[in-house]
Amino acid sequence: MSKQYKAAALISGGLDSLLAAKVMLEQGIHVEGINFYTGFCVEGHTAAIRKKHQDKAKRNNALWSAEQLGIKLHIVDIVEEYKDVLINPKHGYGANMNPCLDCKIFMVKKAKQWIEENDFDFIITGEVMGQRPMSQRKEVMPVVVNESGAGDILLRPLCAKNLPKTRPEIEGWVDRDKLLAFHGRNRKPQMALAKEFGFEDYAAPAGGCCFLTDENYSTKLVDLWQARSSRDYEMDDIMLLKIGRHLRPKPYFKLIVGREEGENKFMQGYTKTYTNIKTVSHAGPLCLIDGPADKDDLLFAAQMVARYSQGKNEDNVILSINQPNAEPYEVSVKPLAASEIKQEWHV
Amino acid sequence: MSAHTLDVRRLLCPMPVIRTQNKVNELQAGDTLVVSCTDPGVLNDIPAWCRINGHKILSTKEHDDEIIIEVEVC
Ligand code: SF4
Repeated sequence: MSKQYKAAALISGGLDSLLAAKVMLEQGIHVEGINFYTGFCVEGHTAAIRKKHQDKAKRNNALWSAEQLGIKLHIVDIVEEYKDVLINPKHGYGANMNPCLDCKIFMVKKAKQWIEENDFDFIITGEVMGQRPMSQRKEVMPVVVNESGAGDILLRPLCAKNLPKTRPEIEGWVDRDKLLAFHGRNRKPQMALAKEFGFEDYAAPAGGCCFLTDENYSTKLVDLWQARSSRDYEMDDIMLLKIGRHLRPKPYFKLIVGREEGENKFMQGYTKTYTNIKTVSHAGPLCLIDGPADKDDLLFAAQMVARYSQGKNEDNVILSINQPNAEPYEVSVKPLAASEIKQEWHV
Repeated sequence: MSAHTLDVRRLLCPMPVIRTQNKVNELQAGDTLVVSCTDPGVLNDIPAWCRINGHKILSTKEHDDEIIIEVEVC
């Protein structure tokens, strides 16, 4: 009996990686999925923090893809190692803070390590030549091959016929004739193939998998780095950038104000580590303070929070100010007028 | 066969699944793992991960804001 070759498929949860893995399964290859978690991945569950999204189906698209394919999925936490990719991308950023090319190189490099440890033969990705402006241009396809160290064991089944032969093709592990020659931004061929394979209800066809491609998120990340004079972050930082209204009245501190019950509830988990302000006399949002605000700053912040409470038109709103390792205290303040909250404070 | 616990409260998906996966990978067939979570996403994700990787969900309980899932390693 001939050997069954084994491929590790990078599964993002999107359509392309789903199709690439399926094309390999159709050729009798044993496929297992690897999904890398950078901390910036957009998950339905993060959206679910906000109450209004809670009726939406919550699913992890990478797990969903693996289940459709009937393959195992290994989710790998790369949050710490990814920092260097994001902070010092050799190839720079895309339209926002997305270091797509360095990210791809890094993930393929990690996949190569994984296949060596797990005795797999090659790596597959759902890349399509010319589809993404930064990481899938024709000129950069070999950059990923070379800089990741994967060399000829990196196969892109969806566009393999447009690329030089890889080892799985040369050695006959896979049949090159049955691979594809997709290229460019037109998604119709992928959609037709999905239909042929019977895939329905797959995740949005292109992009949208990563907060770093989001302009608002990227602005908040850059603001955080500027305020701290350091391009670094912790997991809490990047989670909190996803939620709440962010206002920076002074360069050294900002307010994160919950916009609804779901966010307030989620932010509650941070009240032991962050200074926070809660309304007492009226219903209102929870506010976390990020940065070294002093007593006067906190009083001013309380006036801002009162503005977002149900007492916004009252003369006085009572709020409690809670700091880690200090006694909580209450303040009574006049809410700021809407016009006093400057537009440039909104991050 | 032994019983184990894992606390992933406050972690957002997919972290609870990753921690569950990593813990399960250290255990033996027949062992059980009780995972305490707060992200409702786990109600989908941990069972999906178990189905894909051939493990069994023994029970799922929701109490206040906490979700307790018991997994049997297969
Ligand atoms: S969008 Fe770019 S930076 Fe984000 S995960 Fe994809 S390749 Fe990486």
